[in-house]
Amino acid sequence: MRIDRHMKRWVLAGKVFVAAATLALALGAGAVRSAEASTPGESHEGEGVLGDSWQHWKAQNEVANLASLQRGARNFMSYCQGCHSLKYVRYSRLAEDLAIPTDQLEQLLLPPGAKPADYITTSMPAKDAENWFGKAPPDLSLIARSRGTDYLYQFLKTFYADPSKPTGANNLRLPGTAMPHVLSSLEGVKKPVYREVEVTGEDGKPHTERVLEKFEMVVPGSLTESEYDAFVRDTVNFLDYVGEPTQLKRRALGIWVVLFLVAFTWLALLLKKEYWKDVH
Amino acid sequence: MATPAAPAANGVKNGKGFKAWLYKRLPVQEFVDNQITGYYAPKNFNFWYFFGVLSLVVLAIQFLSGIFLTMFYKVGEATAFDSVEFIMREVEWGWLIRYLHSTGASAFFVVVYLHMYRALLYGSYKAPRELLWLFGMAVYLALMAEAFMGYVLPWGNMSFWGAQVIVNLFGTIPGIGPGLVEWIRGDYGIADATLNRFFALHVVAIPLALLLLVVLHLVALRRTGSNNPDGIEIKEKLGPDGKPLDGIPFHPYYTVKDLVGVAVFFVLFSIVVFFVPTLGGLFLESPNFEPANPLSTPEHIAPVWYFTPYYAILRAVPDQRLGALLMFLSVAAYLFLPWLDRSPVKSIRYKGWMSKVALGLFTVAFLVLMYLGLQPAEGVYVALARIFTVIYFLYFLLMPIYTRLETVKPVPERVTYHAH
Repeated sequence: MRIDRHMKRWVLAGKVFVAAATLALALGAGAVRSAEASTPGESHEGEGVLGDSWQHWKAQNEVANLASLQRGARNFMSYCQGCHSLKYVRYSRLAEDLAIPTDQLEQLLLPPGAKPADYITTSMPAKDAENWFGKAPPDLSLIARSRGTDYLYQFLKTFYADPSKPTGANNLRLPGTAMPHVLSSLEGVKKPVYREVEVTGEDGKPHTERVLEKFEMVVPGSLTESEYDAFVRDTVNFLDYVGEPTQLKRRALGIWVVLFLVAFTWLALLLKKEYWKDVH
Repeated sequence: MATPAAPAANGVKNGKGFKAWLYKRLPVQEFVDNQITGYYAPKNFNFWYFFGVLSLVVLAIQFLSGIFLTMFYKVGEATAFDSVEFIMREVEWGWLIRYLHSTGASAFFVVVYLHMYRALLYGSYKAPRELLWLFGMAVYLALMAEAFMGYVLPWGNMSFWGAQVIVNLFGTIPGIGPGLVEWIRGDYGIADATLNRFFALHVVAIPLALLLLVVLHLVALRRTGSNNPDGIEIKEKLGPDGKPLDGIPFHPYYTVKDLVGVAVFFVLFSIVVFFVPTLGGLFLESPNFEPANPLSTPEHIAPVWYFTPYYAILRAVPDQRLGALLMFLSVAAYLFLPWLDRSPVKSIRYKGWMSKVALGLFTVAFLVLMYLGLQPAEGVYVALARIFTVIYFLYFLLMPIYTRLETVKPVPERVTYHAH
């Protein structure tokens, strides 16, 4: 009788633990996903001053979105690979992970002379690049991991015309960047519009400060604003994948591992209770 | 309570077959009888008593994953970073092995800190367990060296600059400092030679020392027996069979109980490994995804979280030499605990309010310093770090006074245990 009651209680406790751990797992997975996609990145289209609000734009990319990764790969090969390599990634691995058929890989992505097992390098010699830009364009294999996807999204969205720079462009995320606005044919060229605002300084005295009010398109690009936004998001998504190609597999496997361990914990708990009945 | 079967060593030895052959040549049965089924542990262990066995589990994880990483890692400043990415991308299950090892490093400190905190709570460092505590501290120091050198091996930018900061601390030692730093690095800066020797120490020298110290820690534990949340010596109350009345055989009771702890630990560990292996930059810092670059200093150089309490103490002092000395003392202070604590009772349950307040403040100070060590050393952070550094040291310095001044509660004859 007593044993029965005890067993029931612990079976119930075990079920509660399994349920709680499953819930925690679901919440955890949700948190990971929402960390990748939280506040909308479109807030700058609203009214008010742009100011520093761009610093809170989120990439909102989904690494599980295969179509987006494929578009991102196409974007990278067309617009980035001229200068940037992905030296840890092989074309064949890319084709496998992104479900790109071999004939398409060879027709669309592989540079002439390259083999599928080759690493994705750039054709631009580093020495020339350094002469042209003052700095060799970095390899982008790990850029999403070292800087974060939000950083990349903000970087690609905040280029503006600045005639004082040798490239004619500047950037809010990385002021004085050596990179020209290579996507200007798509996005267009925008110029910053500033507004004078009264602010109270640290000394308590009011003074005027120049804040960025908005960007104004001076030369329109071939894409609309929302099309360009999607273009950037796909590209950032691709770089996120490239930073850790195994990440989808990792999460998919993790769910089974954790579920197994939760079930194992429950069994271990029952075993413990059985043995400890002797201890008074 | 069930009593284990009487030792049957002779019976097995006189028998036939492989088991008898083996037992005649190796004291397997004696070891099990004395150390596993015959080792009596207090029956009132609580949550805090899982972390010893968990430290062993993490040690095993680190040894196993480390062996496989060593098969693919290529030491050298030109190859180290690339080989880690090779492991992450092209080695079969390489990503899993690497994340097990990097998460294991942090998990090691989580369980070791909780294990040490248990000792603070229940006075496990007090006589007759002083040597047990000192061996444990030696394990902790070896672990710190092991973790620091392991962190340098991927040769990321934070590896490089972290090594720069830590190794330069030795330069503050008067007289021999600069020469010592050069001797440690094997070069005029952190370079290939440094990386190679750190690799040798990380995979051979320190793991051997760690194993030896862990064995000594366990041998000392077997001599004194485990403390418990009541701080009562169970060996002083023996039953007619000569076994402690409040003790139960380690096997099967604590092996099955620890199995539950290990299982829960594996659930949490796997959640990190599979879903958040960088833990938002706490377990793997984002600047370390850039290769070491002597020309580009990361915005904030911060060690991994487990070193940050001491790092905050280092930065709290304006004078670098004094800061380094205080940092060294903040770790060394634990060594003196058995002699600083003058209380007649062991466990916090029976100590007076002063000990409780002191331990509470120390806990807050340790956690706040841990947070501050991750932040840039500026403004209010520095002021806070100074305040909590003082509190940190007062816990140790005033201990001989408050443990003698306070009135303690009477310690019961037998351990507190309620059967479930």
